Parts: sequence; structure tokens; C-alpha cells
Amino acid sequence: MIGNLDHSTLQQLWWLITSVVGSLFLFLTFVQGGQTLIFTTADTEEEKALIINTMGRKWELTFTTLVLFGGALFAAFPLFYATSFGGAYWVWMLILFTFILQAVSYEYRKKPDNFLGARTYEIFMFINGSVGILLIGAAVGTFFTGSSFSLNMYNSVSWGTPYHGLEAALNLFNLAFGLFLVFLARTLGAMYIVNHVDYEPLVKRARKAALINLLWSLPFLLTILISLVTMDGFAVDPATGTIFVEKGKYLHNLLGMPVVLVMLLGGLVSVVYGVVATALLGKNGGIWFGGIGTVLVGLAIFSLAGYHNTAFYPSVTDLQSSLTIYNASSSRYTLTVMSYVAIAVPFVLGYIAYVWKLMDAKKLTLAELTSEDPNEMY
Amino acid sequence: MGDQILTTVDWARAQFALTAMYHWIFVPLTLGLSFLIAFFESIYVKTGNVEWKKLTKFWMTLFGVNFAIGIATGIILEFQFGTNWSNYSWMVGDIFGAPLAIEGIFAFFLEATFFAVMFFGWHRVSKGFHLFSTWMVAVGSNLSAVWILVANGWMQSPAGMSFNPDKARFEMQNFWDVALSPVAIHKFTHTTSSAFLLASLFVVGVSALFLLQARHQKMAKRSMVVAAVFGFVASIFCAFTGDEAAFNVAHRQPMKLAAMEGLYVGQEKAPLIAVGAINAGKRPGDDQPAFHQAVKIPGLLSLLANRDPNSFVPGIDDLVFGNAGQNVVGAEQRMITGRTAISALASYKEAKGRGDVAAATSALAIFDQNKGDLGYGYLSSAVQAVPPVAITFYSFHIMVVLGTLFPLIFLLVIYFAFRGTLESQRWLNLACFASIFLGYVAQQAGWVVAEVGRQPWAIQGLLPVGVASTNIAVSNVQTTFYIFLTLFTALLVAEIRIMVKQIKTGPEA
Ligand code: HDD
Ligand code: HEM
Ligand code: HEM
Repeated sequence: MIGNLDHSTLQQLWWLITSVVGSLFLFLTFVQGGQTLIFTTADTEEEKALIINTMGRKWELTFTTLVLFGGALFAAFPLFYATSFGGAYWVWMLILFTFILQAVSYEYRKKPDNFLGARTYEIFMFINGSVGILLIGAAVGTFFTGSSFSLNMYNSVSWGTPYHGLEAALNLFNLAFGLFLVFLARTLGAMYIVNHVDYEPLVKRARKAALINLLWSLPFLLTILISLVTMDGFAVDPATGTIFVEKGKYLHNLLGMPVVLVMLLGGLVSVVYGVVATALLGKNGGIWFGGIGTVLVGLAIFSLAGYHNTAFYPSVTDLQSSLTIYNASSSRYTLTVMSYVAIAVPFVLGYIAYVWKLMDAKKLTLAELTSEDPNEMY
Repeated sequence: MGDQILTTVDWARAQFALTAMYHWIFVPLTLGLSFLIAFFESIYVKTGNVEWKKLTKFWMTLFGVNFAIGIATGIILEFQFGTNWSNYSWMVGDIFGAPLAIEGIFAFFLEATFFAVMFFGWHRVSKGFHLFSTWMVAVGSNLSAVWILVANGWMQSPAGMSFNPDKARFEMQNFWDVALSPVAIHKFTHTTSSAFLLASLFVVGVSALFLLQARHQKMAKRSMVVAAVFGFVASIFCAFTGDEAAFNVAHRQPMKLAAMEGLYVGQEKAPLIAVGAINAGKRPGDDQPAFHQAVKIPGLLSLLANRDPNSFVPGIDDLVFGNAGQNVVGAEQRMITGRTAISALASYKEAKGRGDVAAATSALAIFDQNKGDLGYGYLSSAVQAVPPVAITFYSFHIMVVLGTLFPLIFLLVIYFAFRGTLESQRWLNLACFASIFLGYVAQQAGWVVAEVGRQPWAIQGLLPVGVASTNIAVSNVQTTFYIFLTLFTALLVAEIRIMVKQIKTGPEA
């Protein structure tokens, strides 16, 4: 069956698959959010340890999802991979640096003789959760605001600024996007703590933190939404492949794809409900509403950028160099092969969910932190 | 040479080499230790003896410390294809991206998911499920090796693809040709067996240290026996697959083989150099001797390369200048073909742009005839096709010498373990401890052979590194090179200190 899909269907399918992976990553950034709460929401060393150990059981999952997001983009949209990573060099490099710091911090923080000291590793975690997520947001923001690059006849990229992508963080929309993701991650992190830790003083503060961080995210969310419905966008003429600037493009996309509008609004409502349930109704499962909501919002954002004859990686300096899911994709053959591979994804999600359930069946307690083998704790 | 200015390509190569070599410090230990831990835990579950549990946990702690930094260095590599080799990523992304994505789906999630159970699940899941998880981590790690080595093997010997002139890129035609290429297979068997070998050396060596210090003797001897048996089998397999690798290299990358042996003038009954000192002043085509001093074993290289001691093995000179008598086409000749292909491609694009179908068709026909040597067209002189000979030669010989030494060490350990006198073998225990370091040397040497020996090609014969790199000012890549160097070195220091501390504390903690 997969073998009979035509190229453009496969391209759309792979934009969807990539979007799902990206959106799941956004949900899983609750780990990064949690990392930024250690200096504020935790009052004591023990509480800090609780947060870190809670997040520590999931950090690799988030990390691996980011890796897969990169891999899926490489396989399905190699021209995007080549253009963005090679062009917006510094943004990606800085993001990667923060993830290097994260990868060792959990394991090394509490180990004796760890060279840099526990505090340094905690700061590493904080940097990953703040700077890392901010820059990821700014990079995704360029899907709408565009970048300055051009591609030559052989599709080799030249970047228009010497800052190689860092200029993205100076754009108001991109910055708002980044900050929104930072506060969203913190909100999710707080809700995850509520759901996973059994230690009342910390849980109480985490409930409050969920609400406060949601409130902090609102101005940025509003900036994004207002900009989205008013800004000019990058459209592609399906007949000729010509790219042009269209007034109110993303508003048109929203209205033209009502499903996306529903996902966006439904997702936001779900996140808000999760926070209300956590902070005001004393419920513990708010993270699930937050998670589903985040995935829906993520899908809506990626859909707005990629579908409905839109250029998802626009160039503001050389319009015709802009990337669409059609001109940036792999060949039909490769996408077909990859689609067969993607049949495995539900199984992967299945065992992840199973293990998650098994491991989270009991909440993390202070007693567990202190009673066990010290090397089994972060 | 002296004050030559380093270009973006040079820095990009240096940066890639740096990160890959750092990654490869940690990865082989992960690949092998994960299995050893699975063995240890299986024995624990089978016997119910908590001593084995303690032992499992001890090695697991070291595993975790190593694993974390393996991951930190890995993520960089994945994205570096885009940041450093963006032209490459576009030109071959259609083929090369797929294994990377498959690796993520099939391997990394297994590792990531079950790693958490293995470390934090002792009290949260059943004994059986815990053991299962430990095995899954081992399987997952080794699956990641499969796909990345498929990718690397493809670069060493491209298969299953064709060039799409309209998009100016290579496109996949047959996934199975990519996934099951003989190079991919020897890469996988050789690297994993060498990784098992290294991890065995690690366990044997650390345990030997305990014996030298008369600490944790029971646990040390137990670990040593399991690891020495595993290591012995792995080292035999490693030598066997190494031979297979050399055979494949001889047929797919003859220039690499010539460099590995410092063979300038091709010959029948070609000798293998047992030990030799390379003449650094030697250049292709001149008549200086290739070696200052060398001990040669006649016919052995021919045997290795063609399974026939009398066969002809082409040398560097043949591969540069050609040898009609032996039917060797040299780089000089291939450059002409390659340039014809490049200019035909340009004419094709130009004619197509004009809408001149007839001209486009005829340009394409010329391109198709000559595209096999496409990459050579980018070289400016034929000697550029020669990799750094001395580095390749010495690395190869270091690897092979160590590869013959290690099985002997494992054998001695097994022998004395059965005699029951391991703890009194001071010299053997010292040698075991030193071999940890030698194992890492052999590992790095192996990759240097593979990667330096294939220069100047990013993709053998099709794409030289100079064309593969990103179009970016050198200062950017230089800066990130130093950032990586500082960061990884600091983290390596931290890792080693933590390891040493954990080993000092021992399993009792
Ligand atoms: C403990 C490490 C170790 C040991 C003892 C050996 N190797 Fe090795 N070798 C590797 C670790 C390694 C490696 C790091 O795994 C490499 C790098 C790339 C690869 O595929 O495997 C490698 C590559 C490599 C290559 C290049 C393959 C290519 O370019 O595709 C050859 C020809 C050999 N090996 C041959 C041997 C022989 C004949 C050995 C004799 C016993 C040997 N190796 C021992
Ligand atoms: C992990 C062990 C590895 C080591 C130690 C290693 C080492 C190196 C070195 C030293 C270079 C630079 C060679 C030179 O410029 O002289 C290089 C280049 C490169 N390697 Fe590897 N490599 C490793 C694994 C891999 C793998 C698994 C892949 C592919 C999947 C790969 C792909 C490349 C690429 C794309 C380049 C740049 C192009 C080139 O210089 O040829 N490497 N590597
Ligand atoms: C240039 C080529 C390579 C790339 C792009 C790469 C990429 C990566 C990435 C992204 C990770 C982190 C995975 C995670 O999120 O859990 C990783 C870890 C790992 N990689 Fe690599 N890798 C390369 C070379 C290799 C090679 C040659 C092998 C084995 C033969 C290997 C085996 C592993 C293993 C076992 C891990 C788990 C972590 C650890 O070992 O400590 N990688 N790699």
C-alpha cells in the first residue's frame, strides 16, 4: 500500500511524521522546564534532589526525541537539514552545546570527585532548560519570519549575515516564541513534579509554579498569536513552484485548514485546563492535559508552516530559494522506504508507554532517595 | 607547507575528527560492557547469589558514567553533518539520512527507555523484567552501531544509488544494496567485535588492579573469568573480521590498502610489512625508497588482498599514474573522465534552462558515460588522490600488532584462572591493567586507518571533502573547534576522575 503513494502524498505524510516527533519533543521539554525550577521551586537540597531525580528518569527520552527529530529531518527533508544546519550554524551549535552540558550533568552531579562540583552541573541543567529551549523556539520562529540565505544552482547554501542564525533571536516574533516555549516547559515541568513526586511541601510549590509560569507565558503567546494572524506569509504557487509573499497568509492557512484551528485552540484550552486542575483544583494529572495540549499546539504550528502551499523555511533575501516540503524532500523511493520503517513507530511508542507506566507506578519519595544505593540516584 | 593557511575544510575535518574520536572513546566500552553486564546479571538471576548482583551493580555504575558522555558526544556528530558538511548532506542526504533516522527509531529509543529501568528499576520492576531491560540496553547499543556503520560503509563504498542530474544529488535506488553492502557488514562485525574486546580488556584490567591491590579478590576473579572468555572469543572474531575488512578495502579502496602498507610500486607476490620505518620524504612517482628499514613477509599482502599469494596488488604509483599492463586506471586518467562529467552536467543544466531538449539530451548522455569518476574531476592534481601514507601505515600496524597481542593476554588469564593462581601473577596483572590503555589505542588507530586512509574522499570516488563542506567563514568553524576541544576535554577529565574514584571505592560502596 505504501508503495503506491505518490510523491506529494509521501511528502505530506513525512511532514506530519516530523511534526509529530517535533511536537512530542515539545511536550517532553518538561524535563528542561523542570531543570530550570531547581533554584526557585525547590527550597532545600533534598527538594532539589527530588526534582533532579524525577526529571532524571526521563531526560534521555527527551534527548533521544530531539536526536530523532534531527534524523527524521535529515532523511525526509535533506535540503532543509543542509540549509538550516549549515547556514544558521551558530543557533544550532549553541543549542547543541547546551545539550552536551545536560547529557553529563545528571550522571555526574552527585558523584564524588566530579571535577566541576555539583553546583556547576546544576547550572549546566539550568542553561540547557533556559538558553537551549529559547534558541530552539527562535529557530522554529524562523519558519514564519524567514532567514536570509540563498541557494545556488547546486543547492549549496550562502548565509546572508555573519551571525549565522543568531540574528533570529533578535526578531520580536522569534524571541516571543522562544520565551513562550521556556515558560511552557516550566509549566509542564511543574505539573510533572506534581504528578510524580510524593513530598507535600515541594508539590505545593510546584502547583503554584505551574500557574505562575503559565501566566508568564501569556504575553508571549498573545504576541505570537496576534502576529500570526496579521503577518505576511510565504506562499508557493503549486503549479509553478514560484514563491511569493501573501498578505495574511497564516490567517488564510488557519481558515483554510479548520482542523488546524481546532487543534490550536483545543490544545491551548487543554494546557490551560491542565494548569487550572493542577493549581486550583488540587488534581495530580494536569500534566496529561498539558502534554496533549502541547502536542496539539505543536502540530498546529508545524501544519501552519508546512501545509496549504506554504514555504516552511522561507528566505527573505532570495525568495525563490525558500524551502517547501516539496522542493526540500527526499526522493519518492527514500520516502517510501522510510514509511515502511515508520510502521515501527507505534511499537516504539508502545513499549515506551509501557515502561513509563511501570516506572511511574510508584511516586518518588524522600525515603527512596536516601535509602537506596547512592549510585542509583542522581 | 609550513605556514599554509588552514581553510574551512581543514577546520571542518579537524572538528569532525575531534568529535568522532571523542565519541569513539566512550562508544566501544558501551557496546561491550553492556553485554558483559547482561551476562553478570543473568548469572545473578540464575544463581540468586547476591555477590553477582553487587558485581553487576559495580560495573553498571562505571557503565553509566561512560554512557552519559558517549551520548553527549554523539548528538554533536549527528548534527555536524549538517553544520560542517552541508553540501554533502544535500548531495547524499537522500541515502545517508535514512540510516541515521532508522538508528534513532530502532536503537536509541531502546537504549533510552531501558536504560532508565536498568538504573532505577531495581525496586520498581520484577527481577525478570529488570534483566530483560539490561539485555535490551545491550541490544539497543549494538543496533545503533549497525545503522551508523551502514552509513559509514556507504561512504567508503557507495552502492544502491544513482545521480539525479536535475537535482544535482545522489538518490537511493535500492535500500538493501545500501543496508547489506559487504562493507557495511564487515564494518559492523569488526567494530562490534573490537568493542567487545575493548570492554573485556577494561573489565579484566580493572579487576587485575584489584588483585594487585589485594582488594575485592573474589569479585575481581569472577569478573575476570567471564570477561576473559568473552574477550578471547571477541579477539579471534576481531582478527578474522579485520582480515575480511582488509580484503574488502583491497577491492573497493585499493589506494587505502596501498597506503596501509606503504606500497608505492605494485607487484605480484606483494609482501606484508611486519615492521617498517616509513621514508617521510617519499613522493608518488619519485624513485626514493618507501622505507628506511622494513621487515617484509613475501606474498602475504597478495594473499590478504586477493586470497592468492601470487596475485598482483596495485601500488600508489599505479593508482596515480595508471598501469596499463595490469589494467589499472590511474587518477590522472580518471581526472579527465571526471572533468568531462562535470562540464557535461553544467551543459545539461544550461541547455535545460534554455529549453533546448536536444542539447540537454546529448549532454546528459556524455555525463552518464563519465559519471563514474565524477569526484576525480574536482581534484586539481592526481597526487591529491593519495591519502597521508605514514599515518595510515603506522595506525594500521599498531592495530594489527595489538590485535595479535590481546588474545594471548586473555588466554593467559583463562589459564591461570583455571590453575587458581591469578592473584599471584603480578606481571600478568600489570599487563592486563596496561592493556586497557592499549585497547583504546587500537580502537582509535582503527578509525584513523579507515578515515584518514580514505582521504580525499568524503564519498569514495564521487565527492572529495573540499566539495562536501559548508560554505562558511573559517573563523566560525575554528571557534567551535576550540569550544568542543575545551568542553569535551573538561568532561573527559571529569569522567576519568569519577571512574577512578568509583574504582577506588570498589563494589562495597
Ligand atoms: C580493539 C580494536 C581493534 C583491533 C585489535 C583490530 N581492529 Fe581493525 N579496526 C578497529 C578496531 C580494531 C575499528 C575501530 O573498529 C575499525 C575502524 C573502522 C572499522 O570498521 O573498524 C577498524 C578498521 C580496520 C580496517 C579498515 C576497514 C575499512 O577501512 O573499512 C582494517 C583493514 C582492519 N581494521 C584490520 C584489522 C586487522 C587485520 C586486525 C588484526 C587483528 C585488526 N584490524 C585489529
Ligand atoms: C567514531 C569513530 C570515527 C573516527 C575516529 C573518525 C575519524 C575521522 C577523521 C580522523 C576524519 C578526518 C580525516 C581527515 O580529514 O584526514 C573523519 C572524517 C569524516 N568522517 Fe569519520 N570517524 C569516525 C566515524 C565516522 C562515522 C561512523 C562516519 C559516518 C557515519 C564518519 C564520517 C565522516 C565524515 C563525513 C568525515 C568528513 C569527511 C572526510 O573528512 O572524509 N566518521 N573521520
Ligand atoms: C559520525 C557518526 C556518528 C553519529 C552521527 C552518531 C550519533 C550518535 C548520537 C546522536 C548519539 C546519542 C543517542 C541518544 O540520544 O541516546 C550516539 C550515541 C551512541 N552511539 Fe554514536 N554516532 C556516530 C558514530 C557511532 C559509531 C561508529 C558507533 C558504533 C559503532 C556508535 C554507537 C553509539 C552508541 C553505542 C551510543 C550510545 C551512547 C554511548 O555509547 O555512550 N556511534 N551516537
